[in-house]
Amino acid sequence: MTASLDVAKNILLDPGGLTETELESTLGMMLTHTVDSADLYFQISRHESWSLEEGIVKDGRYALDRGVGVRAISGEKTGFAYADEISLATLKEAATSARSIARAGQSNRVKTLRSSPADALYPALDPIGSLSADDKVQLLQAMDAEARRMDPRVSQVMVSLSGVQDIILLAASDGTFAADIRPLVRLSISVVVEHEGRREVGSSGGGGRHDYAFFITAEEQGLSYAREAVRMALVNLDAQPAPAGVMDVVLGPGWPGILLHEAIGHGLEGDFNRKGTSAFSGKLGERVATEQCTVVDDGTLKDKRGSLTIDDEGVASQNTVLIEKGILKAYMHDKLNAKLMGVASTGNGRRESYAHLPMPRMTNTYMLPGQYDPQEIIASIDHGLFAVNFGGGQVDITSGKFVFSASEAYMVEKGKITYPVRGATLIGNGPDVLTRVSMVGNDLALDPGVGTCGKEGQSVPVGVGQPTLRVNQLTIGGTGT
Amino acid sequence: MNTDMELKDVVAQLLAEAKKQGATAAEADVSVVTGLSVTVRMGDVETIEYNKDRGVGLTVYVGDKSGSANTSDFSKRAIKETVIAACGIAKYTQEDSYSGLADAELMAYDYPDLDLHHPWDISPEKAIELSMACEDAARQEDTRITNSEGASISTHEGLRVYGNTHGFIGAYPSSRHGVSCAVIAQSGESMQRDYWYSTARNSDRLDEVEEVGRIAAQRTVARLNARQLTTRQVPVIFSSDVSSSLISSFLGAIRGDSLYRKSSFLLDSLGQAIFPDYFSIREEPHLKGALGSAPFDGEGVRTQSRNYVQAGIVQSYILNAYSARKLAMQNTGNAGGVHNLIVEPGQDDLSVMMQNMGEGLVVTELMGQGVNPVTGDYSRGAAGFWVEQGEIAYPVEEITVAGNLREMFKEIAVVGCDVDVRRNIRVGSLLVNGMTIAGSQ
Repeated sequence: MTASLDVAKNILLDPGGLTETELESTLGMMLTHTVDSADLYFQISRHESWSLEEGIVKDGRYALDRGVGVRAISGEKTGFAYADEISLATLKEAATSARSIARAGQSNRVKTLRSSPADALYPALDPIGSLSADDKVQLLQAMDAEARRMDPRVSQVMVSLSGVQDIILLAASDGTFAADIRPLVRLSISVVVEHEGRREVGSSGGGGRHDYAFFITAEEQGLSYAREAVRMALVNLDAQPAPAGVMDVVLGPGWPGILLHEAIGHGLEGDFNRKGTSAFSGKLGERVATEQCTVVDDGTLKDKRGSLTIDDEGVASQNTVLIEKGILKAYMHDKLNAKLMGVASTGNGRRESYAHLPMPRMTNTYMLPGQYDPQEIIASIDHGLFAVNFGGGQVDITSGKFVFSASEAYMVEKGKITYPVRGATLIGNGPDVLTRVSMVGNDLALDPGVGTCGKEGQSVPVGVGQPTLRVNQLTIGGTGT
Repeated sequence: MNTDMELKDVVAQLLAEAKKQGATAAEADVSVVTGLSVTVRMGDVETIEYNKDRGVGLTVYVGDKSGSANTSDFSKRAIKETVIAACGIAKYTQEDSYSGLADAELMAYDYPDLDLHHPWDISPEKAIELSMACEDAARQEDTRITNSEGASISTHEGLRVYGNTHGFIGAYPSSRHGVSCAVIAQSGESMQRDYWYSTARNSDRLDEVEEVGRIAAQRTVARLNARQLTTRQVPVIFSSDVSSSLISSFLGAIRGDSLYRKSSFLLDSLGQAIFPDYFSIREEPHLKGALGSAPFDGEGVRTQSRNYVQAGIVQSYILNAYSARKLAMQNTGNAGGVHNLIVEPGQDDLSVMMQNMGEGLVVTELMGQGVNPVTGDYSRGAAGFWVEQGEIAYPVEEITVAGNLREMFKEIAVVGCDVDVRRNIRVGSLLVNGMTIAGSQ
């Protein structure tokens, strides 16, 4: 942590000749207005991506973004400005804009900046430099070759590799002085298979807060994504149209946890609940799920895509129990919403970049395992759907309605998986769906590290997970019968 | 704000440095945007945000290899580093004979002024006042409006410069302003949210803020006490709120990159009847003051009017330099997308369309990503209104509408005249027969 702070100061503050003194004086300048709190968020983000299609690595891109975001909060009001040049002059200019949210007149003082150590959940790696350009190209080529080797029906392979190193430093009027060095890598593959005039797609991928070595292991982590994408595409080649109507559904482990993220998680974000605009507003202490369901938001998992050593307000990540044995226990908070609701931040204050305002966002959201063997859960279904994998989803926070699309699903008849189906969309009502969970499996899995969550135009990396679940009577939207 | 000359100089420096570093060709895009957004909620200021964004995007070609780099830093040092990064990548990407700049003769050397730049000199105080008036109008419209997500005023203006080593350099300023409002209505257990907005390049063209607020409130209240429908096959009107998404799926399917990757459900559709025979789609990139207008595309190619669909038959794919070469076709000047896409409107407005439909569903909101671009399979979450005897009977939600886009396009029976001009894709409501709705038993 201290090491991170030194590195961050060196990269973010030194070139502009800034020290703690200037940061404190800038914060102090904002507190000459009736501002409750203020913060400065410095960031440098180095990003690269490489992509392959038609067997060749056609594109590579490198991006460097650097800047500082300045925020002043007065009651429920927020003033915000940012600059993509880090100097005392730009900092003061942004601070002057941000403090215009409040009238002149001092009501608070800046606390002396102090760093408090938090144990790093991931090493301060630089993914971009962790592999030579030749080896990156070779990794993409190997993915392509593996996918094509798997089956002659593979007609197109697209692979992309990306790596980011994000260095952040923040200073706040409450004395917070913290930094974090965040590596993030992702490898994705999508294939098209073609057979007798029919085409289908399959995709897979993974990553986390690692460097590229993560993909080149003895277990062939990278190549396993290629195999998975081809397997999924071939399953879909045989798929029949999904049925339309209400039926019992088994959700597979891992990525289908996006249901929790969409249907439950967003509705438990502090901003919506402070404003009373969520379908979960005012339901703390109430039963929102069956006894078997315990759901957490856990930013403390080592190396996971959604994990953060500290959030974007300098608060150490936490493992927050949202729903315990079916009872709604907590919302997820950033500092602003926590203060206004009279609770402590849960370390969920996140922002896409220095040019965006922080707000309550999820980290890794998952359901804890239950007692059932997954086979037992499938065997319990008389007529229903087994949804193994999903594409994206969406939720209306206020009405609670959610929707998501299965990318791999099967019909289940009399306890047996019968045939694959395509085009299945699952819809339901967030506050209601977990009250229909009748069996929770013992096979908790987290997604492989591919999730990106969008809220109010801001994207942040997240994780989801769950064990196999049986949900009674969900609506399936398809075209078949 | 940086001037035209300053940004052109940044582009010139990038291109010169690229040549120096060994690039055989290069192109650079530089832009700056400044803006202000104000949000009020429940009668009080919530946020004031000052935006100031700038960026440089550079692509270099070393023979048939390419590399790209971006930065937000305009300093001489950063420009050099950006060029070095792009050239460094181009050493390792692989030979691709289709890569490179768009052909020199296609450059928009002489481009028109499209009247896109109308800065709005509005103070934060005035923006707050307008936002308050907007939200007040919404909250006073109906007693069932119990809560609000707020009302916003935003204004942005910017300058874009693109240049490449053919010697082309083009610049144009533009602006965009908006007013929006989202409120919450409650009735018993039912809580609903909806919104409305107005956006324009010239603030004079924005709808009155009170009008935006009132419409937001009316739309929200109309959703209260929505029901599910039972599973059935019915005609569906995609209202002009959502109809552009169907056209957008069509555009995605005739885009060059989807086609050469064979990742489209409309492969080899050129010359084929994909829509009914009365259906036409054209692109008008030079409409004065329009939101989608642009004098040249992302590769400096002159944009021009074009028919994509005439009498239901596909006339052209949507191509940029790369995909045109891959498909051995003419570049259509669509690097970066389409500009003002217009579906020929019909005669009927939404209420006449409902009357003619008699019984069916009007969809006003679509949710989720249930569109498969390779197969055309379509299944999305929806909300809207059930129509009986040509009139709205009640609001509906928690249903899906499903079909296959190829069949849905053929089954478009009516195009409405109620075009939403706020969008880059201008299309009225669309009546599609034979959709499957899934809901409660």
